[in-house]
Amino acid sequence: MSVGAPESFEKLQTVQPLLEVRNIKKYFPITGGVLRRTIGHVKAVDDVSFTLNEGETLGLVGESGCGKSTLGRVIMRIYEPTEGTLTINGQEISHLKGEALRKLRHQFQMVFQDPYSSLNPRMSVGSLIAEPLLVNRRGSRAQIQEQVESLLAIVGLSPEARVRYPHEFSGGQRQRIAIARALALRPKLIVADEAVSALDVSIQAQILNLLADLRKEFGLSYVFISHNLAVVKHVSDRVAVMYLGRLVELAPKSKLYTQPLHPYTQALLSAAPEPKRHVARERIVLMGDVPSPAKPPSGCAFHTRCPQVMDVCRSLRPELKEHTPGQYVACHIYS
Amino acid sequence: MAEPLLKVRNLRTYFISKNSTVKAVDGVDFEVYPGKVLGIVGESGSGKSMTSLSVMRLVPGPQGKIVEGEILLEGQDLLQLSERAMRDVRGNRIGMIFQEPMSALNPVLKIGEQIGEVLVRHRKVTKAQAKKQAVALLRSVGFPRAEQIVDEYPHQLSGGMRQRAMIAMAMACEPSLLIADEPTTALDVTIQAQVLDLMRSLKEQNGTAILLITHDLGVVAQMADDVVVMYGGQVVEAASADEIFDHPLHPYTQALMASIPVIEEERERLQAIPGTVPSAADFPSGCRFAPRCALAEERCHEQMPELREISLAHAVRCLVVQGKTDRRENAT
Ligand SMILES: Nc1ncnc2c1ncn2[C@@H]1O[C@H](COP(=O)(O)OP(=O)(O)OP(=O)(O)O)[C@@H](O)[C@H]1O
Ligand SMILES: Nc1ncnc2c1ncn2[C@@H]1O[C@H](COP(=O)(O)OP(=O)(O)OP(=O)(O)O)[C@@H](O)[C@H]1O
Ligand code: SF4
Ligand code: SF4
Ligand SMILES: [Mg+2]
Ligand SMILES: [Mg+2]
Repeated sequence: MSVGAPESFEKLQTVQPLLEVRNIKKYFPITGGVLRRTIGHVKAVDDVSFTLNEGETLGLVGESGCGKSTLGRVIMRIYEPTEGTLTINGQEISHLKGEALRKLRHQFQMVFQDPYSSLNPRMSVGSLIAEPLLVNRRGSRAQIQEQVESLLAIVGLSPEARVRYPHEFSGGQRQRIAIARALALRPKLIVADEAVSALDVSIQAQILNLLADLRKEFGLSYVFISHNLAVVKHVSDRVAVMYLGRLVELAPKSKLYTQPLHPYTQALLSAAPEPKRHVARERIVLMGDVPSPAKPPSGCAFHTRCPQVMDVCRSLRPELKEHTPGQYVACHIYS
Repeated sequence: MAEPLLKVRNLRTYFISKNSTVKAVDGVDFEVYPGKVLGIVGESGSGKSMTSLSVMRLVPGPQGKIVEGEILLEGQDLLQLSERAMRDVRGNRIGMIFQEPMSALNPVLKIGEQIGEVLVRHRKVTKAQAKKQAVALLRSVGFPRAEQIVDEYPHQLSGGMRQRAMIAMAMACEPSLLIADEPTTALDVTIQAQVLDLMRSLKEQNGTAILLITHDLGVVAQMADDVVVMYGGQVVEAASADEIFDHPLHPYTQALMASIPVIEEERERLQAIPGTVPSAADFPSGCRFAPRCALAEERCHEQMPELREISLAHAVRCLVVQGKTDRRENAT
């Protein structure tokens, strides 16, 4: 099953995707008792597949705890997948370790929500950005200095920022520093995990515009993780919706936002408060809370909250299937 | 229109230390009407929380101090009350819910005991009556298992459940004013929708007035009747929610609306606001938005604009922006 190539890319299938995620699972053990034995698993990511083409942005949305960050960390190979394969640029990296993994790392980088905790406070901004270049021996000291300055310019910071420390910068500026550092090794893929969520609205736009510029300039691909549906729509080509470790819908954004198929996507969209008066939208208010991924409901994991639940949903798990070209949905209504 | 329930006049709350004076709230005026929601928006550090804590007289001391102003609740100036009298106001005439429910809930007390405590203190009911009322309150905020929840501890509840328990506690004495400071910021959208629905029904069924503080323009658009936009410790624009969203006048409000992505529209490029929020310890002289304002003129850097009512019930703090009538003339 070639999950999720958008129509326009379908014809270009000779070009291999930049990223291929195949049946990825990531389970965390739950230990208990005096012997700390494993008594169960948190199925943080449970059988997720999709592809990402060069220059493409895939948005990843879903509620807290549904596994977005875990999936992002597996793609970055911060975590090793429990099962499944992960291919970047034609090379399988699912279980690579040590030096072999380090050699490929420059191709993919991650930008986090809290730029402060991801930057070592005792290092100057110059050395923070130079560090990956030094470790990977990208030129002489002088050449690296030059690269640092050009990276600062790319993210819109002045060269004198080099000698200052992270705490001297505002949240938006720190996020720029983190992005400059992520860009240092000229990655092809950036996983941005809630990269603008902690920023003030007026600053958020600066960073979103910067990410868009970088994409144009360097042909970057993004996996853009956020719980903000409007932000995801703004940056993405396609959007994947996650619920309790699984993709429930994956579609080009034009389709996902105008004709969402999955009842959960419909509820999410109807609950997103728009900053406009008089938007006449049918609001679907879901009852109940998000179940724990340690004890996901049987059958369709959404059945405990789904307004359209049927008998079959309680026992049989729906597969993610292509419903209309490019739009994939995991729901019994469509089968 | 009815008399305002809460009237805040020229409120100034400062943090004064040897080296600096942080003007967290610097001359704020607004009114909240019975059965209406007043939304206060503004970015981080603009003074929203300090405004609400000032109304409750809970500004963190000893550095934080209300240095000037009046806070009139049904005509009575809360700033003139003794601390003891103020304790009868909190939780009784004014309820409060915060962004992080764990900071307001006592982790070692059962949910029912915490709600009951409020009732015993202000309503002089017996413990048994209090527990019964707690169950009813929990049911009214959407807990089907209310009988069990009263005997559970805060850590046994999810974030959304805790937030609803806190609302039940805030509503226990049927306060005429509810202050909600970022009540849904930590919640998921689907849970946020539940909590917002609950607040809406409080206002509609009990006529509760709500002071809703948030940085989320979406939440304000869905909830508020009136809106106050804060920047740098001041009110920069105040009007009905329809006016604010349909005809924003202050350059900051306009820029804010253009800087956020909106689902219903395709925005090629967001209109970013350059620069950063000024520090409350070191405001620029003149208009506090001037360093970032696209319309700034020379005089903006020298002269502090007053908050002027430039059309009926629409006030703007700007030297340059004209009223709606003038705007129409300019357009033609
Ligand atoms: N290192 C870990 N060990 C054990 N469980 C974990 C670990 N990391 C995540 N989990 C669990 O896996 C699930 C998915 O977590 P994850 O952080 O991926 O969610 P998320 O979608 O990013 O949520 P949020 O929107 O809150 O960031 C959660 O139940 C979480 O508690
Ligand atoms: N204890 C304190 N000591 C000194 N300054 C303080 C203190 N608490 C708050 N401030 C300052 O007062 C100003 C207003 O803070 P406030 O918490 O009201 O902002 P806010 O609008 O609620 O922001 P946010 O959206 O981040 O909650 C800020 O500049 C802040 O730094
Ligand atoms: S499979 Fe059933 S429970 Fe799941 S989303 Fe579809 S209708 Fe709802
Ligand atoms: S007074 Fe001047 S600087 Fe301030 S908002 Fe108006 S135009 Fe901009
Ligand atoms: Mg996360
Ligand atoms: Mg605040």
